[in-house]
Amino acid sequence: MSVNEETRAIRRRTWRDIDLRAVAPFAALVLLLILGAIVNPNFIGITNLANVATRSAFIAIIAVGATFVISSGDLDLSVGSMVAFVASLMILFMNSGAIADPALMLTAAVLFTVIAGALCGLANGLITTVGRIEPFIATLGTMGIYRGLTTWLSQGGAITLREPELQEMYRPAYFGSILGMPVPIAVILAVTGVAAFVLYRTRYGRHVVAVGSNSDVARYSGIPVNRVRTIAFVIQGLCVAIAVLLYVPRLGSTSATTGILWELQAITAVVVGGTALKGGAGRVWGTICGAFILELVGNIMLLSNFISEYLIGAIQGAIIIIAMLVQRSLVRKS
Amino acid sequence: MDSEAVDAGTVVLSARRISKSFSGVQVLFSVNFDLRAGEIHALMGENGAGKSTLVKILSGFEQPTSGEIILDGNPVKLPPNGAAEALGIVIIHQELNLAEHLTVTESLFLGREVTRFGVLDRKYMRSEARRVLDLLGSHVDENAMISTLSIADKQMVEIAKAISRDARVVFMDEPTAVLSREETNFLFRQVRKLRDQGTSFVFVSHKLDEVMELTDRVTVLRDGQWIKTSPTSLLDGESIAQLMVGRELSKLYPAKREPNVDEEVMLSVNALSTGYVRDANFEVRKGEILGFSGMIGSGRTELMEAVAGLRSRTHGEVIIKGEAVPSGDVHAANRCGLAYMTKDRKSKGLLLNSRMTANLTLQSLEKHGKFGYLSPASEASALERARRRFDIRVRDGNVVAGRMSGGNQQKLLLAKVMETEPEIIIIDEPTRGIDVGTKQQIYHFISALARDGRAIVVVSSEMPEVIGLCTRVAVMREGRIVGMLEGEEISEQEIMRYAAGLKKKAVA
Repeated sequence: MSVNEETRAIRRRTWRDIDLRAVAPFAALVLLLILGAIVNPNFIGITNLANVATRSAFIAIIAVGATFVISSGDLDLSVGSMVAFVASLMILFMNSGAIADPALMLTAAVLFTVIAGALCGLANGLITTVGRIEPFIATLGTMGIYRGLTTWLSQGGAITLREPELQEMYRPAYFGSILGMPVPIAVILAVTGVAAFVLYRTRYGRHVVAVGSNSDVARYSGIPVNRVRTIAFVIQGLCVAIAVLLYVPRLGSTSATTGILWELQAITAVVVGGTALKGGAGRVWGTICGAFILELVGNIMLLSNFISEYLIGAIQGAIIIIAMLVQRSLVRKS
Repeated sequence: MDSEAVDAGTVVLSARRISKSFSGVQVLFSVNFDLRAGEIHALMGENGAGKSTLVKILSGFEQPTSGEIILDGNPVKLPPNGAAEALGIVIIHQELNLAEHLTVTESLFLGREVTRFGVLDRKYMRSEARRVLDLLGSHVDENAMISTLSIADKQMVEIAKAISRDARVVFMDEPTAVLSREETNFLFRQVRKLRDQGTSFVFVSHKLDEVMELTDRVTVLRDGQWIKTSPTSLLDGESIAQLMVGRELSKLYPAKREPNVDEEVMLSVNALSTGYVRDANFEVRKGEILGFSGMIGSGRTELMEAVAGLRSRTHGEVIIKGEAVPSGDVHAANRCGLAYMTKDRKSKGLLLNSRMTANLTLQSLEKHGKFGYLSPASEASALERARRRFDIRVRDGNVVAGRMSGGNQQKLLLAKVMETEPEIIIIDEPTRGIDVGTKQQIYHFISALARDGRAIVVVSSEMPEVIGLCTRVAVMREGRIVGMLEGEEISEQEIMRYAAGLKKKAVA
């Protein structure tokens, strides 16, 4: 008898335990896949889906970083400009010809890019925490700065990777594949896996959630609030750098318009994925799901004939509003 | 009854057998209260005696559970949310309700602006504002921004606002808490002037000397019950203090245990100043429970936060087991074995949207894995231990903290603080807002911790708690430690004398 009651209690608990907010984005993804299959039979093919996933890589990886920033209660509007700036720096570095050996040059460039991204993130973090400026305003400022520096570096034109040998060597970083999987997809999985581990299974991750849900509680618990927030911005910078590492081999060129509005897409992906914009609950896998959803919607619109693809921006804007409404209604129910 | 003997005027507003319960907990028990025209009536009582609830009911912000309110001889139901202002009943809140970016005139006419042909008649409003301010004898410029005024002047604007609305009954909740002595004197002069013109005042204050100086009658509440109403002239500070506290200690508390005089001094605070707090000195020995009493706002929490490194100190030193701790460094204090348990469990203690485990281990994550990794198994076993040790009773172990009862939240908070294995524990308001059964449990936990050789500081606004638990009691008043009581001296009357400023530092 008592054993029976026990198991029943456990079963009931696990059923109730399912957090609708965590499941909602995946349910939406499945719905979209079904919708896509109805619209166009080519849609559901492996080639098409792999293409969609590959194309979502930039936003997905940036959005993983944004998940940390948003979970800790901040916001980073500068990521799109940061992509343009860091990518420009990387190409200029490779064009400088400072190192003769192409393999060595490429390694140095990768290292250089990662450091540049981290420094850009650090700048955002320090301005926000040490300068005590609202993250919205601080990163609005750096957004202008990074974009402006890119325009200045490119003198209003494009910055193009000149070395053909380097180009050839670097190409597979976007177009190649690992274990039968396009490289960008493998990178998404790796980045997300690491990020999920950090957010859910480490002290730092716990600190991020605590700071985001109530910074007073965090402070009274002896958590170095400003350090936690700054590191979240640095993680965002690192994610931008990884996205740049995939972006440069794809086109081999940047301009003042590179990465425009990516910050909004990244924030949309995070919110669609179920992370609360006011902080305190990070869902890394949900974020990836959100990035796929954004790309899938665009893809379905391209493959279908009844909606103009020029409406993509409007549809993506509508998605973020719908996601917020769904989130709120789920909060009320629970 | 003596209250009937002194006839100063007709009764304007009165409460008849008013009772009030909040979610099943009764806070007022059949209270009677009369306010006459042209009197200043003090409403006194300990924290939690029911003063603010009575004030809220008499001004319409709360409705009584039973009983009636009589205005000018007729039973009335006061309209809610400040609409009682239309009946001439005005409340001046402790936190002033003025918009900083308006001028004095705009504030006075906020919500009832005078217009001519649909356009604001600023000239008329300015002259009217001047007239009211002159009536009060105030020199505040009617065109000044509220943000440029001193607190006393803002208070004056609030009073002018009340007058300009033809207030007949004005409730003032601790109006002098933020005023200097001169500002207080000025305020009192204006209040007396208005009283002589027929306005009635209800004056809620903890300051006995001011009550003696200003008021005509005093009503004392204790534990939600009416105790006495009497002309102020027939009382003195001592007898009011006696009326406010006079109750026996129940058997809620475990037996006290004095530490040996030669026990190691665990924490010593020397000449500490921070913000409002000036020159605080005290020390705590191993196994001792030191109490901190005083009125709300006397600086106890500020002092303790400075000791715990949560706010930086402007002066003085904190020495934990012989080691000086840097100012404003929570981590250093924690490392030395000091932990502070906040009184504000909902906004500073617990993550209300997180589960018990995340809350329990938040302050002690280093213990649950190496290199920043967290072991779920280790955290789960910590929760299991804490639930047993502190008797945290929840049906579902995955419930978020915000859904737990106040008592369980408090136990979880205590468990969280204890996870850091502190040797010195500062507990701010250990039993705020929890039922009596859980209170008793918490008292026993505290006593057991002291028996285990920890040094404990208990800050509490509930005097019986401090008296029942502590072997020494420090009393704070206006940012200073004004008394240090030991043994037989520890009584409610004695604490009240220090807290209300009737007695000053007798102990070095």
